Amino acid sequence: MQQVNSRPILEAREVRKHYAAHTALDGVSLAVPERSIFGLLGPNGAGKTSLIRIITQITGADSGEILFRGERLNPSHIGQIGYLPEERGLYKKMKVGEQLLYLAQLRGLGRADAVQRIKGWLDRLDLKPWAQKNVEDLSKGMQQKVQFVATVLHQPSLIILDEPFSGFDPINANLIKDEILRLRDEGATIIFSTHRMESVEEMCDSIALINRSHKVLDGPVSAIRNQFKTNTYEVEGQGRLLVVHPDFEVVEQKARENDHFYARIQLHAGATPNDLLRFLIGQVQVHAFRERIPSINEIFIQRVRETMPESLVEETAR
Amino acid sequence: MDKIWLILQREYLTRVRKKSFLVISLLAPLLLGGTTIAVSKLNAAAGPDVVAVHDVSGQQVASHLVDTDEIHFVPAAPGSLAEAQAAFEKAKPKQAALLSFPAGFGLDSAKGIQILAKGNVPLKRRETIRKAVNKAIGELKMARSGLRQETIDNLQAKVDLAAINLDEVGGKRNDVGTTTAMAYVLSILVYMFIFIYGVQVMRGVSEEKANRIMEVMISSVKPFQLMMGKILGIAGVVLTQFALWLVLSWGITTVVMPLLLNADKPVASAPAGPVAAPVATTASPAPPASHTALAARPTRNEQAVATPQPGQPFSIWSMLDGLPIGSIIGGFLFFFLGGYLLYSAMFAAIGSAVDDQTDAQQFMFPVTIPLILSYIVSINVIINGDPNGPLAFWLSMIPFTSPIAMVMRLPFGVPAWQLLLSGTLLIAGFVGVTWIAARIYRVGILMYGKKVTYGELSKWMFYKG
Repeated sequence: MQQVNSRPILEAREVRKHYAAHTALDGVSLAVPERSIFGLLGPNGAGKTSLIRIITQITGADSGEILFRGERLNPSHIGQIGYLPEERGLYKKMKVGEQLLYLAQLRGLGRADAVQRIKGWLDRLDLKPWAQKNVEDLSKGMQQKVQFVATVLHQPSLIILDEPFSGFDPINANLIKDEILRLRDEGATIIFSTHRMESVEEMCDSIALINRSHKVLDGPVSAIRNQFKTNTYEVEGQGRLLVVHPDFEVVEQKARENDHFYARIQLHAGATPNDLLRFLIGQVQVHAFRERIPSINEIFIQRVRETMPESLVEETAR
Repeated sequence: MDKIWLILQREYLTRVRKKSFLVISLLAPLLLGGTTIAVSKLNAAAGPDVVAVHDVSGQQVASHLVDTDEIHFVPAAPGSLAEAQAAFEKAKPKQAALLSFPAGFGLDSAKGIQILAKGNVPLKRRETIRKAVNKAIGELKMARSGLRQETIDNLQAKVDLAAINLDEVGGKRNDVGTTTAMAYVLSILVYMFIFIYGVQVMRGVSEEKANRIMEVMISSVKPFQLMMGKILGIAGVVLTQFALWLVLSWGITTVVMPLLLNADKPVASAPAGPVAAPVATTASPAPPASHTALAARPTRNEQAVATPQPGQPFSIWSMLDGLPIGSIIGGFLFFFLGGYLLYSAMFAAIGSAVDDQTDAQQFMFPVTIPLILSYIVSINVIINGDPNGPLAFWLSMIPFTSPIAMVMRLPFGVPAWQLLLSGTLLIAGFVGVTWIAARIYRVGILMYGKKVTYGELSKWMFYKG
């Protein structure tokens, strides 16, 4: 984990965006720390893409402001932002090399510089033999790689990736993951936007959860998970487990074959895991014992449940 | 501006590098040249009609018949009409008709003259022969009435003067012919190219949309820049095409064609004249009279211009010398570009609003209607009517119709203030339409999977950025 408390590279303040029929963002504020990987998480339709489109200056906010390095976002920042949209697309009848050069130049990169960097990237991602081929002759996975290169070619300090791993096979997904981590280590800030929270939570330093045009939660991943810890432990073992104890409460228990079991046990205030372990050892043979740290997905659902009527929660969770 | 330039370059280069562009650029002038050569060859092969004259009336009409470029009179085989007819049928080379003045024919009654031919005698040929006979009889009658040859020559000089007058009218008519042909060609070009390249703009936009590259582009450049870059890039393609055609058709008509055509037919290339115009597409043979007039005696045009270099075939380009070429070319470029920009902005908006080409049809209708109408109405009002009438004036002022109407009026000569006013209005119209189109465009390009209606489109205009 990187240090995440540095100065934010990007800050959104009370951003609102209304479309004709609905509200996409209703006063969303968040801060993206520099040199970190930031997860912008939420279900489909939560408002992630609307927020990204405002950050990438495709649309404007109705009210509120976006600060880039403390400066109000303006067209001069375009060259410092790289954006990989969820809807991938390239000019099909254009050669890979030319296309990359074109897109880089549109982002303000000089021609000679661009040519140099394109070479480096094509080498690194094994695309060199394809540089003179039309994009339409490439496999889908390769097109995705080209698109990724196009996103980062101008060395943006803020890289926004919308559903970055969709469309990649596992091998290429790992390749891209490594590149993303390398870019972060070299000083870039990365914003991941995805509705598949489990896919990025291991990579993210901090996150913001968005639901129904509101920010539900944000902060460093570790802090959030600690904050949402429920002092619950998972136990696997063999024997007959019977918990009648004022300090422990079995949340869930499953019997398995050959007298094995699985249980989730919550500690009440004051009790320590060691107390529980001692108690268990007297009763059963313990095979596994670990603290249960909620996943971001669980936290999200829990958080949404706290702030929303039950009927909507079901819908949202789905 | 840098970004518009980058986009313009891409749009231009990807199109100009296509093989189809090269093919069309080469093929069109070749086709034109080929057609013109073919027509000239056919005309040359045809030559003047030979009419055999069988005159047994004793009135000596035959000797007074004057050959023209279209008709040569030769004496028929001596003997009876039947014998002459037999000889006519066997004649080599073929003769067009046998003209017979029977024994009883007198100058006063002037009846019984016959034209014998295989098949029908074309109306025009009959008319030409009738005129020649008429003239011959007239002269004979004057001679008979006791006028001295001197007087007749005098009278004839008058008749000739009248003929010159007629020829001048004919000459004017010829100018009108050139002018009209020019008006047609220019306006057809404007119409065609606005349409063809406007649709290209539309297809380019909807292709970008279908390729899902819009979001990447729009995060780098403003929608307006993207739209203008595309429109201007394609305008560059059109201008390149024009330039290529001009150079190639000039080369073909002035260098290649004279080599291919007979050297003893120096005027053979003239019929292509009014049409091969600077822009050169469709060919419509000019009235034969025109080149007769031009070849026979120096016309106003020819005198006005430096005469063609001796030994060089008469160039079709000199046909255009009587026209205000400068203002025609300048005006054509301006009004073509203005019209193209205005219409292609609308086409771009359509391309942005729909998900695929088939949906585009319903929106193309209101855009193409003014284009088609302005062409049809302009032809009736300007070419067939009064090029400077009030309707023509208004057609050439409204930005939606002026690109075609004004270009059509150009060869007839348009007052400078009208050109200026119309040009200003066109620029204003273009700016206004582009502004509206850009507002639709910026919403449309990111809108997927939605059947768009006119109501929707009008709402997009008022969306906040």
